[in-house]
Amino acid sequence: MTYLRRLVPYLKRYKKTLILGLIVITLSAVFTNLIPFVISKAIDQIKNHTDGLALYKYALMTVGFAIMSGIFLYITRQTIIIVSREIENDLRNDFLEQVIVQDQQYFHFHPTGETMALATNDISAVRNFLGPGIMYTFETLINFTMAISLMLSFNVELTMIAIVPIPLISYVVYRIGKSINYKFEQVQDQFSQLTTKAQENLSGIKVVKAYVREDSETEGFKKMSLAYMDKNLELAKVQSFSYPIMFLLTGFSVIIVLYAGGNKIINNELTIGELTAFIIYLGLLTWPIISLGWIINLTQRAEASMKRLAEVFDSKPKIGDPKACRKDSDALSKEISIIKGDIEFRNINFRYHENFPYVLKNVNVKVKAGETVGILGHTGSGKTTFVNLISRLFDVEVGEILIDGRNIKEYKLNELRTSIGYVPQETFLFSESIENNIAYAENSFDKDKVIQAAKISQIYKDVDKFPKRFDTLLGERGINLSGGQKQRTSIARAILADPKIMILDDAFSAVDTYTEEEILNGLKEIMSGRTTILISHRVSTLKNSDRIIVLKGGSIAEEGTHESLVKQQGIYADIYLKQLLEEELKDL
Amino acid sequence: MAEEKKINTSEPDENEQEEIIGKAYDARLMKRLIRYLKPYMKWVIIAIMLTVGVALLSTIRPYLTKIAIDNYIVNKDSNGLRNIILILLGTLIFQGLLQYSMTYLTQWIGQKTIFDLRMELFEHIQKLSMGFFDRNPVGRLVTRLTNDIEVLNEMFSSGIVMVFADIFIIGGILFFMFSLSWQLTLIALSVVIPLIYATIVFRRKVRVAFRDVRFFLAKMNAFLQEHISGIMIVKIFAKEKKTMDDFKKINYDHTKANKKSVYYYSIFFPIVELIGAISGALIIWYGGGKAMEGVLTIGILISFIQYSEMFFRPIRDLSEKYNIMQTAMASSERIFKLLDRKAVIADPEKPIELNDCKGIIEFKNVWFAYVKDDYVLKNISFKINQGEKVAFVGATGAGKSSLMNLLCRFYDIQKGELTVDGINIKDLRQHDLRKNIGLVVQDIFLFSDSIANNISLNNREIPESRIKEAASIIGIDHFISKLPLGYGQNVKERGVTLSQGERQLITFARALAYDPKILILDEATSSVDTHSEIMIQNAIDKLMEGRTSIIIAHRLSTIQKCDKIIVMHKGEIRETGTHQELLELGGIYSKLYQLQYKESFA
Repeated sequence: MTYLRRLVPYLKRYKKTLILGLIVITLSAVFTNLIPFVISKAIDQIKNHTDGLALYKYALMTVGFAIMSGIFLYITRQTIIIVSREIENDLRNDFLEQVIVQDQQYFHFHPTGETMALATNDISAVRNFLGPGIMYTFETLINFTMAISLMLSFNVELTMIAIVPIPLISYVVYRIGKSINYKFEQVQDQFSQLTTKAQENLSGIKVVKAYVREDSETEGFKKMSLAYMDKNLELAKVQSFSYPIMFLLTGFSVIIVLYAGGNKIINNELTIGELTAFIIYLGLLTWPIISLGWIINLTQRAEASMKRLAEVFDSKPKIGDPKACRKDSDALSKEISIIKGDIEFRNINFRYHENFPYVLKNVNVKVKAGETVGILGHTGSGKTTFVNLISRLFDVEVGEILIDGRNIKEYKLNELRTSIGYVPQETFLFSESIENNIAYAENSFDKDKVIQAAKISQIYKDVDKFPKRFDTLLGERGINLSGGQKQRTSIARAILADPKIMILDDAFSAVDTYTEEEILNGLKEIMSGRTTILISHRVSTLKNSDRIIVLKGGSIAEEGTHESLVKQQGIYADIYLKQLLEEELKDL
Repeated sequence: MAEEKKINTSEPDENEQEEIIGKAYDARLMKRLIRYLKPYMKWVIIAIMLTVGVALLSTIRPYLTKIAIDNYIVNKDSNGLRNIILILLGTLIFQGLLQYSMTYLTQWIGQKTIFDLRMELFEHIQKLSMGFFDRNPVGRLVTRLTNDIEVLNEMFSSGIVMVFADIFIIGGILFFMFSLSWQLTLIALSVVIPLIYATIVFRRKVRVAFRDVRFFLAKMNAFLQEHISGIMIVKIFAKEKKTMDDFKKINYDHTKANKKSVYYYSIFFPIVELIGAISGALIIWYGGGKAMEGVLTIGILISFIQYSEMFFRPIRDLSEKYNIMQTAMASSERIFKLLDRKAVIADPEKPIELNDCKGIIEFKNVWFAYVKDDYVLKNISFKINQGEKVAFVGATGAGKSSLMNLLCRFYDIQKGELTVDGINIKDLRQHDLRKNIGLVVQDIFLFSDSIANNISLNNREIPESRIKEAASIIGIDHFISKLPLGYGQNVKERGVTLSQGERQLITFARALAYDPKILILDEATSSVDTHSEIMIQNAIDKLMEGRTSIIIAHRLSTIQKCDKIIVMHKGEIRETGTHQELLELGGIYSKLYQLQYKESFA
């Protein structure tokens, strides 16, 4: 329970409701347990032929108690189960809040699927413990005390006989539950193997067909299918066992009570009514007994889930606001709130992990505000890393990066990032309206700004053709934009952020050269006096930049203007020549 | 790079809504499903017989209790009591055994049936033509093979037989109750009608509530998925707060939907208990009165209390089964739809045998389009003689790979004729044709299996010696032997990372092990280190020896060794000749040559 203890603050938030819930659950159990008592009295009444009218009284009492119990049961569920849903909600909010502040690095080592599973399955497991777990534990406890004390009031010896199998039943339920869980996990595991196999076969269908391997593939799939079936049957063995064994044990105690009780009646030690009550009480106890084992499993699962969740809650991001800022956020930020856009890299050496090689080696760059700088290089030359460092998606350990002469680690993270407009290499748009995507940077925006940004990024004409224009939904349920349209939307989004520093990382790869030029011209106007960094593998994107840096293997290999670099006859000139040839070929 | 202007709004091939809420019973589908039970009919009948036994044994016990009370306890006969107790114990144990056999048997039948169905579906999918795979994402097909079939398992194992069980139990209870006292039965069970009504209302409400829950859950998952995989955008635009605000709303919508279903449950459960209590009250009031008059016995009253409790569970269960059937129908509809799909490229009815293939290939005025009228190959004609080596060169999208796909008959051509050894390939069995072709494609595909199996592709006709021979001719025998598990090494296991070049060479060894008459080689463009480069070059030479070879060439040395070079441009053959001839021509080839093959002068 060490990890589940972390839920205490959440429970405290709903203290009043929970206490109410526990009170009504007690009341509900009291009334439920009174019903067999009434029935026993009624049967004895019948047996002794005393008072015919009293039967009405007992019948009405039964219904009355059931109504009371029902009302309290309703309140119980409306308090305890509802609270568990509220806590689930709170926990999930806190979880995501914790996840999104993690460093970019975190997401490299934790795939999205893993985080999703935590947010859904694991939090659900915890909620199951909080709701049904707490409710049934309490209910079981009260039912036990109530039923057993009432039974004791009838006959001590018979009570003892009746409750002997109870611990045994709970234990069996617990063991079976555990075994089912284990087998179930094996089934799940085999299921995912089967899925992987199908996935692989169908992805490689071309090879399968080309080599006429359908039969042996079927053979392989059959093996997996059979293994899966076997695991399922193993699970079925335990599962089929669980129901009969439980009712065998409970049925057994009923028969024992009937025998012992019957003999007591014969010896005039017990009345028939009391025996009936015993039988009904045993029926009432069956579910709590079974649920006891189930609750233990539930708790164990919740504990395991909470442990996994705790790992995320305990993982503190390294990249954050400067310490001074955290304490006194206004004082510092006011004085440096206007970023001009000078950028300087001083002796930057960077690698993603200490086991990996350096991605950037001894990089020194100075960019003045208002400059447009192009970066060219092959895949893996360090271009994207270079710009990711500016927005502090990763922090450098060796060397420093300065903006307006101040180390970027001294800025508030929010402030630094909102002054940068970034168009990443892999276009990522949200499945919302085009308008919401373009206006992502602003909390409240006016339509004119969206239109203006769309016009500069040359997406306006496309949007205009859509039936719903800017309200067009993107993604799964909406329109699928072409690669170029996506890129241009992503550019519009960065433009609307009104950044002091604009970074375009291979942002034109799916845009034709003519449109590219139009966008670049538009950008030049709005970025005048501000800094622009263009990354590309295409010379046409970069050739009008004030300065071009050629990266090779993480180091700066060449630097200069388009003209000077062409004259140098180096990497840049080579790439340029090849691209000219490509253009020629296309026109043939 | 021209920008794709059109917006893809057309419906994909098999765009069905994943969650169809349809009928719970569809005679046409059911009939077809039942067919899968046929091989196990004997066992199905046994299972049904077992359920009859279980129903009888479980419903007889309250009756025996009645006898114990009325005949022995009331008459103070302790010997008789002991005997009836032993009978009770016997029925209990016997019921336990039957119940276990029944549950396991139904599970077994379900597993067997869906295994057959899964295999049938798998074999069927494999037979479908390549065009089908272009239009249908792998993920969707996998879902049919796994999740959809899984839903049917539930129907086969806990649906059909359990419905019988519930019905038999209800029947058994009614039988005993009526035989004890029909008046009391009618009075005690008068509450069943409101119970059924309450259950139906509850099911309906809860189904709607659950649909909302699923809707918001899907929305929440989509949001999480999107914002976690797009976390970089969130960070770059410093939108952590907005993300949280949006999420809180969606999360609470989900919670609200759940609360709604909690609400229905918190009303339904007390109502069920109340109805049970009313039934008990009715038994005491009416039955008690009759018992005082001496018409009924105490034992009957007690057994009635037990029967009425037993009666409610199967009724509640039956509505649960309804849901299982409903989803099963939707899944089986999707599965059968896929099973009914015919392979577009079928084998001829009277195939011509391709004995002793020589490897003479001819394209005669071939036109081909993946999408109607959008021709990627236009009027292509060429002939390749036995043992000839021909290279195809051209820019991306020139139609080179399409040529290879046609030769393997992954697609059918629209116009013209394609022959192998003078026989139209449409007159051959696809298997016979492909057995003579060794295809090495550019996207290297290795199965997560051992290296040996990746070379032989689990073909038992290829002995280990041949695998090793192929590997050593290609020149990777040495490297494989150095791996911890040698040829048994799994290529996708952690810790063993094969370089792109090594992976490529494994696919070469694969082609060589199959010893095809015709070799089709799409050389990889990916940069490999110098060492691998030389190895690959040598391997290609070995591979081409004595075979008709068609190569989509990316390496100069390969091209120079070819008998003929065919230059493709925009779906047409533009130039044909040897390396020298084409260079002298000064056309497309000479430009391509400068672009792709000439050493970088950096």
